[in-house]
Amino acid sequence: MNDNILIMDHVSYKYSPDTAYEVKALDDVSLTIKKGEFIGIIGHTGSGKSTLVQHLNGLMRATEGHIYFNGQDIYDKDYDIRSLRTQVGMVFQYPEHQLFETTVFKDVQFGPKNQGLDEKEQIKRAYEALTLVKLPDEFYLASPFELSGGQKRRAAIAGVIAMKPSVLILDEPTAGLDPRGRDEILGLISDMHEKRGDTVILVSHSMEDVANYVDRIIVMDNGRPAYDGAPKDVFSHYKELEKMGLAAPQVTYVMNDLKAQGFDVDTSATTVEEAKEEILKMLGR
Amino acid sequence: MAIIRSKDLVHEYIRRDEAGNVESIQTALDHVDLEVEPGQFISILGHNGSGKSTFAKHINALLTPSEGVLWVDGMNTSDDEYTFAVRQTAGMVFQNPDNQIIASVVDEDVAFAPENMGVPSDEIVQRVEKALKMVGMYKYRSHSPNKLSGGQKQRVAIAGVMAMQPKCIILDEPTAMLDPDGRAEVLRAVHDLNREKGITVILITHYMEEVVDSDFVYVMEKGKVIMKGKPRDIFTQVDELKSHGLDVPQVTMLAHELRKSGVPLPECILTRQELVASLAKIKNGGHE
Repeated sequence: MNDNILIMDHVSYKYSPDTAYEVKALDDVSLTIKKGEFIGIIGHTGSGKSTLVQHLNGLMRATEGHIYFNGQDIYDKDYDIRSLRTQVGMVFQYPEHQLFETTVFKDVQFGPKNQGLDEKEQIKRAYEALTLVKLPDEFYLASPFELSGGQKRRAAIAGVIAMKPSVLILDEPTAGLDPRGRDEILGLISDMHEKRGDTVILVSHSMEDVANYVDRIIVMDNGRPAYDGAPKDVFSHYKELEKMGLAAPQVTYVMNDLKAQGFDVDTSATTVEEAKEEILKMLGR
Repeated sequence: MAIIRSKDLVHEYIRRDEAGNVESIQTALDHVDLEVEPGQFISILGHNGSGKSTFAKHINALLTPSEGVLWVDGMNTSDDEYTFAVRQTAGMVFQNPDNQIIASVVDEDVAFAPENMGVPSDEIVQRVEKALKMVGMYKYRSHSPNKLSGGQKQRVAIAGVMAMQPKCIILDEPTAMLDPDGRAEVLRAVHDLNREKGITVILITHYMEEVVDSDFVYVMEKGKVIMKGKPRDIFTQVDELKSHGLDVPQVTMLAHELRKSGVPLPECILTRQELVASLAKIKNGGHE
């Protein structure tokens, strides 16, 4: 019981309720998230994935149902929702648009400052966070606008990490980055997860990205989790995923095509490395 | 005659301090030679900061060369006299759909450019209708752009350019902010324009899968063209591409890895059908 850090219990969210424009963005969602899990949430635009994660740190309030963080109902009258927002840290899409301070260091310090920590602690936190995101120290006193796209994004992630959240949510952290920037950011998130042992929730529409890193995938469709499990299990439903406007990694298709041609292969590969091993086995090499 | 031709094109971003003294010079384009024939579909690949967007802005005369020359349909872009003619010949679509849509109704947005060009109003109506049909957005003509998906907004932006009736369209990472569905929609629309209307397309992207169907690919790094050729010639060089921080399609990567392990696959496999067929041949004892 204690290792469930977040529980959603029959949560629904309606936009414009009781009007002609009513839309159910979340439809009776129940799920549990364990401490230390690395989860990918995927779904096409409008599937409810962003709405879902915004409920987890109390930015949006469910129209029905309950959410528990560390066993406490976050909708209780005396629950401190502000503290929830520092414990469930959210990195939004294009977080670099939210950099605003005159220097990178001050920007990262802003979160701890708002938490009411003393200056010494703020500086320590900012320094630790910037080290974790591997931003070279010559940039600490630079204006955020002098950084490259990937660097800005790392600075923005540091700003959230500096608050030491126990759950880190990242909404499409690689959108708009080139392949090198994408690999850097995903590698960084994965490293930090290993080092800090925190719970990480990655919202993405790139299957290839998610398959390479996470332990568990939740597929959102029409405001509900359609699949929830290990990447292998989820991608075995690739035909159904396609109907939801999603796709499995290309290599999963290759393995299924080979199987369809009558070859005896295991079709569960989701990464290039796994597919390579399986094909070599098939060829008897 | 080439519709776009650059000769020794150089662009320098010069930063000055408050007193106007030069602080730093960054060479964004370093002697780029490039030629595009009318009706071609050209892709420019490169990671962030490689100079590809700077090049795009030159084709549209948003920037002019520090050195060298760029001709768009025979017009020298450095000549102020041609600025507007260049922009009508080569229309530009940017990355972020939300930054390009200005009107509150789709068809008014598409009408914006021809209105500014002083096109008579009956003709505007025709052009808007035609442009929206080209990108498959005609049924949304009286919708508010706010309620459209990213892919739909990008198609409206493309229609907005097409309403100027340009010969050439430049798309600067048009799919970077879209989901897989939206990306496919936009690419389909662009390929249709190229095939059916003969519009010259210059697609700037860092997604390898998107350039597979181009006639010709240029790869840029540090302001220079470092590789050029047909997609198949470019993608054979997997290690080279990787060393420049670029990706290859997952299937090509898998084929490359298998070749390294001694599987006699043909060089450069771009689609999964090709890979599966080649593997089947090998397994069944055939030879390539």
